[in-house]
Amino acid sequence: MLKARALSIGYGKSPVGTGLDVAIGPGEILCLLGPNGCGKTTLFRTLLGLLPALDGTVLLNGQPITAMRRARIAQAIAYVPQAHAPPFPFEVLEVVLMGRTARLGPFAQPGKADRAAAYDALRQLGIQHLAQRDYSRLSGGQRQLVLIARALAQRAALIVMDEPTASLDFGNRVQVLAQIERLARSAATDGRGVILSTHDPDQAFALDARVLLMHEGGVLADGAATDVLTQANLSAVYGLPVTVETTPSGRNVCLPSLSQSAPTMTSDALTMA
Amino acid sequence: MGRGTSAEISLPRPGPCLIGALAVVLVGLAFGAVMIGPYGLTPGQVLSALLGQGDLQAQIIVWNIRLPRVCAAILVGAALAAAGASYQALFRNPLVSPDILGVSAGAGLGAVAGIFLSLPVAAIQGAAFVGGMAAVGVVMLVGAMVRHADRTLTLVLIGVVIGALAGAATSLLKVMADPYDQLPAITFWLLGSLASITTRDILPALPMVLVGLIPLVLLRWRVNVLSLGDEEARALGIEAGRTRFIVIAAATLITASVTALAGVVGWVGLVIPHIARMLVGPGFGRLLPASALIGAGYLLIVDTLARSLAAVEVPLGVLTAVIGAPFFVWLLARGRRGWS
Repeated sequence: MLKARALSIGYGKSPVGTGLDVAIGPGEILCLLGPNGCGKTTLFRTLLGLLPALDGTVLLNGQPITAMRRARIAQAIAYVPQAHAPPFPFEVLEVVLMGRTARLGPFAQPGKADRAAAYDALRQLGIQHLAQRDYSRLSGGQRQLVLIARALAQRAALIVMDEPTASLDFGNRVQVLAQIERLARSAATDGRGVILSTHDPDQAFALDARVLLMHEGGVLADGAATDVLTQANLSAVYGLPVTVETTPSGRNVCLPSLSQSAPTMTSDALTMA
Repeated sequence: MGRGTSAEISLPRPGPCLIGALAVVLVGLAFGAVMIGPYGLTPGQVLSALLGQGDLQAQIIVWNIRLPRVCAAILVGAALAAAGASYQALFRNPLVSPDILGVSAGAGLGAVAGIFLSLPVAAIQGAAFVGGMAAVGVVMLVGAMVRHADRTLTLVLIGVVIGALAGAATSLLKVMADPYDQLPAITFWLLGSLASITTRDILPALPMVLVGLIPLVLLRWRVNVLSLGDEEARALGIEAGRTRFIVIAAATLITASVTALAGVVGWVGLVIPHIARMLVGPGFGRLLPASALIGAGYLLIVDTLARSLAAVEVPLGVLTAVIGAPFFVWLLARGRRGWS
């Protein structure tokens, strides 16, 4: 579906990341993990064709993404930004209907079929009761769900989510993760591909996702969560000692050791150790 | 249609009905405005004059004096409010007015240059129109050359710069102008007025405004999407740069045309879209007609006040500022977000 080889990403002449290989197909969940500033957002912008790659190409269904019109791209990839407040108090339904834009002619208005698709998306996420509410007055978690509904209404095979659980409370975070899992794995949604970035390695375990672990502008490891998110890798990337343990229910969790992460403990000190 | 979807699909916000009601109110206001003046007319007189019957004096007043002015007020108010609604959506900021990219400053400079050179009225209007379009053209050109991540903010800042430059040039011309003959004309023009409007002045502006409105009406859904910001709009499938260019060009054409006609009338494009948004919501498909209708009615009332408050005409720009400024402060106090 989406494939990029030996990608160099960045702004102007200064690359943020080089030699990046990314590939995702239907039904897959790809979790992007890495410390702040490692280039996750830049990679997303490049994969969405919003930012030209410095080197290498992004192929969407076999075609270079830079040669495609925005509407074609949007029919194939939906983007879920971090929950934001738009400057105007649009209704939730209007926000979701904006996901239909790529399927409308340049001068067209969303019609009955688009409304039905929007309601369908809201219903899938169980938030149809919000349809007439003012989007700008919703809580962060509700907004995030609305933006996911917008991506669903877009009916794209691939969904890219930028830190979908950032700034959400515990309950909403679990709810959003459950929806992501359902999007990719439930037969009813015919297996969308989902790429998401997160700061929480436990989420990758919970989603049983493929993990792309980014470090200093490159890919440190790429593979199943249990293979990539090892004590050694996590400790190297985040510069503090992390242990990975398995709970009695069989799921892995990461446990950073706070007492050993004294200020003097830098990543340099660790790699030397 | 699935079960029970029709109830869900009906929109709770007042749509066509309210816009129809606004249109009816506007017609009523226009009728009233034709009656009011130093020579008062009864509704009956106005009606028969409109039908070309009755008192000849009333016919002349209605057709030659009042009606052109009423039409001009409607055209200018509708145009400024429609352009303001477009600019606000585009720049993602409800505190933006149509002159943010320097169209008024440019038009002002053009007109002042025309008055300074003692050109005929039509040429002054032409110079104002060209000045307004040119100022925004320069802003777009410089904006395209400056490489900055935030395209919108770049445009706004360059608009401020070009507006200030045009303002400086205008001031220079005012200093150099004949203080007895040209300076009062310049001052009056910069404050906006419909006092000497004739049908011949309206005719060139009308098609320009209509031509500018067409793309705005056609692109009304995309304008909504564009108000989410460039990046999101592109991710949703819009060629944001091109669409924004078309909307700016259309809104600028509209503003420059009516500024050439009426002079610099501030505040309408800033304040009216707010009132419209409170009534019909931010959806541009409803916001555009609602803004135009309310703007038309508002400027019609203000202009009728301007010509009947005192023996001397009060400049339009003065009245719109006196009414608009407190409203603007109230908006700020309500704590809506600024630049995000």
